[in-house]
Amino acid sequence: MYGNDFPAPDDAPGGGLLGEVAAAEAALREAAARRRGRAPDPDTDLEAYFADVIDADQKIEPRDWMPEAYRKTLIRQIAQHAHSEIIGMQPEGNWISRAPSLKRKAILLAKVQDEAGHGLYLYAAAETLGISRDELVRLLLDGRQKYSSIFNYPTLTWADVGVIGWLVDGAAIVNQVPLCRCSYGPYARAMIRVCKEESFHQRQGYEILHVLAHGTPDQKAMAQDAVDRWWYPSLAMFGPPDGDSTHSAQSMAWKIKRFSNDELRQRFVDMCVQQAEILGLTLPDPALRWNDERQAYDYTQPDYDELMRVIKGQGPCNRQRMEHRRHAHADGAWVREAATAYAANQAEKKEKVAA
Amino acid sequence: MNGPFDFALALGDDALIAAQRLGDWTSRAPEMEEDVALTNIALDQLGAARLLLTYAGELEGAGRDEDALAYLRDDREFRNCLLVELPNGDFAVTVAKLFFLSAYQLPLYAALAGCGDERLAAIGAKARKESAYHLDHASLWVRRLGDGTAESHRRMQAAVDQVWPYVHELFAPFPGAPVDPTTLRAAFDAAVDPVLAEATLARPADGWAPAGGRDGLHTEHLSYLLTEMQVLHRAHPGAQW
Repeated sequence: MYGNDFPAPDDAPGGGLLGEVAAAEAALREAAARRRGRAPDPDTDLEAYFADVIDADQKIEPRDWMPEAYRKTLIRQIAQHAHSEIIGMQPEGNWISRAPSLKRKAILLAKVQDEAGHGLYLYAAAETLGISRDELVRLLLDGRQKYSSIFNYPTLTWADVGVIGWLVDGAAIVNQVPLCRCSYGPYARAMIRVCKEESFHQRQGYEILHVLAHGTPDQKAMAQDAVDRWWYPSLAMFGPPDGDSTHSAQSMAWKIKRFSNDELRQRFVDMCVQQAEILGLTLPDPALRWNDERQAYDYTQPDYDELMRVIKGQGPCNRQRMEHRRHAHADGAWVREAATAYAANQAEKKEKVAA
Repeated sequence: MNGPFDFALALGDDALIAAQRLGDWTSRAPEMEEDVALTNIALDQLGAARLLLTYAGELEGAGRDEDALAYLRDDREFRNCLLVELPNGDFAVTVAKLFFLSAYQLPLYAALAGCGDERLAAIGAKARKESAYHLDHASLWVRRLGDGTAESHRRMQAAVDQVWPYVHELFAPFPGAPVDPTTLRAAFDAAVDPVLAEATLARPADGWAPAGGRDGLHTEHLSYLLTEMQVLHRAHPGAQW
């Protein structure tokens, strides 16, 4: 693991969730072992067979029959996730050139590189559903598929890099750990790998903040300011409240999704409160308090109207992020064409030699 | 002049400035696989820079660590070659810079691996493997672009022509250094010439040979690069990160 050249603080977050990832991985292996030799007869009712597989907590694999709506839902979700990794390189990449020490620069470079790797891995998972990466990239560039709205906020100071690791990657992990048990095999396997790396990122972000919060008064102020700006957008990452969520019920039935938006959001809040205390930073919510009855923290909901505005393109950086992506894609067109032409030339030369 | 210190500093600065330039490609590369590859090479260069600058600081004995050397010197105190500080340009220029740099760094680190200074030898042994990959990667792109489309050929030839003059500085004598750079030229030519030929590119004629980097006389570009790289570190004197 590149750049992870510091010991983990004892109070580092992510331990419990990593245990869940490992459990999901074991369950996946068991499911694969159970499946052996169990192919449907030619005259099986495919729909019933699909329902049986889901009921038995077995995995659907690319060669299996699946309802068209299941396929479409997965393509949309996996593609959105892949796009988020690729667009998500920008806000953090913004600080690579100015990282305040060489060690931090190395860790940040490695992290942004991991995100590119996650993007590639997820596009490959989506391709198992019968759509090409080129098509998906086109859908992103044309604005017909979305990426996570959190990346439409700007990284104004170095502390934002720490907060993205701690809160944004933290929220992503809470969202993604249950996906390690998703009914679609390739997605579940991709998520297991992604979650393991994300937990390193979260720890690195937490460490950045820990150093700032225990540094000079200016550094501590920088850290608090970043937490103030990113807290509510991070809560909004879990999506609209359960009552307003359009895709949830069907996804739960298909075991693509395992917990509701509000359940995951609560889990995230409960996780962050103690971590913020250790950091010595304040979560910007005066209503935040332990509720003994619910055995959970009461908290203020994020502004869902703001979330809807950002999703619709009115966030501070929507246009900038898309323009950056389109620019990179357009500027690279001549390079991709050259690579294709070169490969064709080489293949032709080989054929001539063979003949 | 202290040979080993100056040499470690010069090589460390080469690697640092190369990493800084390559890091700018992150999220901007022509394809996603190339984003991963260029970031990887930037990380390798940065890793070598950290080892070399740390060692330079120890040789100097004035209490400067890698960050003091990277963040608290001005452009006149940097000792990198001019090649690495040139702007990225288009992808062809970046490829040309990486191609020539790695064709120099590979024999350099290989020679360093066998030198009498144990620390430099260990750094050389580690970095030469990375340089071999950088050279492979850059060579592949020189061939693809040179022998790709008419447009890519035109751009790649222009890039080679633009960067070539800055190659000569790499092989100037370096008094007191554990490796004599003049001895590396043959290996450089042996790596570069066949790839250019295969890529249907013309090797530029030698002539103008700008230099001065090793003496702290840089292009106008370096000061801007350092301003950006150092801004945050310098804004908080003495802070830990």
